[in-house]
Amino acid sequence: MSGPQLSLAISVFLACAVEAVEAFTIVLAVGSARKWSSALLGVGVATVVLGVVIAALGPALTVLPIEVLRLVVGGLLLVFGLQWLRKAILRAGGAKALHDEMATFEEETAAAEGATLSEGIDSYSFAISFKAVLLEGLEVAFIVLTFGANQDDVPLAAFAAVLAVLAVVAAGLLARAPLARVPENSMKFVVGVLLTTFGVFWGAEGAGASWPGGDAALPVLATLIAAASWLMVRGLRGDRSRLALGSASG
Amino acid sequence: MTRGAALGIWEFVVGDDWRVALGVVVMLGATAVVAALGLPAWWLSPIATIAILYLSVRRAGADPRRVG
Repeated sequence: MSGPQLSLAISVFLACAVEAVEAFTIVLAVGSARKWSSALLGVGVATVVLGVVIAALGPALTVLPIEVLRLVVGGLLLVFGLQWLRKAILRAGGAKALHDEMATFEEETAAAEGATLSEGIDSYSFAISFKAVLLEGLEVAFIVLTFGANQDDVPLAAFAAVLAVLAVVAAGLLARAPLARVPENSMKFVVGVLLTTFGVFWGAEGAGASWPGGDAALPVLATLIAAASWLMVRGLRGDRSRLALGSASG
Repeated sequence: MTRGAALGIWEFVVGDDWRVALGVVVMLGATAVVAALGLPAWWLSPIATIAILYLSVRRAGADPRRVG
């Protein structure tokens, strides 16, 4: 497996694992509090919809000329990656609450217990599970398609995504609890750096730039973006410390 | 329905800071212009990306209500 292929597989695996953990928490809450059969039906239908989206858009994307594909998809990936990275920096810097699977599980369980239970297929369980898997899955589908199409290897990206889902489900079944110990916030930071790195790399190539060293520029870019992000986290933490000191002395 | 779908796509791709998306478009356009002039253009994207991220983080850090 080449370096770019390995980077693709790792990026997709991590992004997919993070989204799978979030979807798993919601499905677990709804299934435990209400009806497992309806919750699992929602998961199944959403998975089929996501499979159709990837199967339909994947081949269509790979037909585009590579320069156009890299410019458009690189730009989209960059916008998307910067959103992830910004939220991860704000969380790490203390300007935004950390994502807490246990709190999400408790909120979803309380909401599920409050709704009326239907006979047959429970529409609440079905709808909440379907929506959770579809929304979290769409982000994964986007990442699978953009990475896969740009590297001309959608099957590898899809394989990494499936592997991540299987790993999360297996860990969840073993734990029989929300996966609160998965370092989700750190993983989101890494995924944000990777998405932004590939977005910069492909977007600039699509716009006509040539990277010194070709693919070897990727790890340099990732290091640069990670270092800049870390400095922003330090800056936010410093601001918050000064604010706390100011209000304590004021 | 169409309006709802458009809003959903906007929210999915652009998120809660449209300035980031605008910055990326301007940055890629500038890279294309510099490359078309035959000058090295690779340096522009990393610098501009870090600047866009920094400005967005500073705005959101100053006003956490901006972050979804």
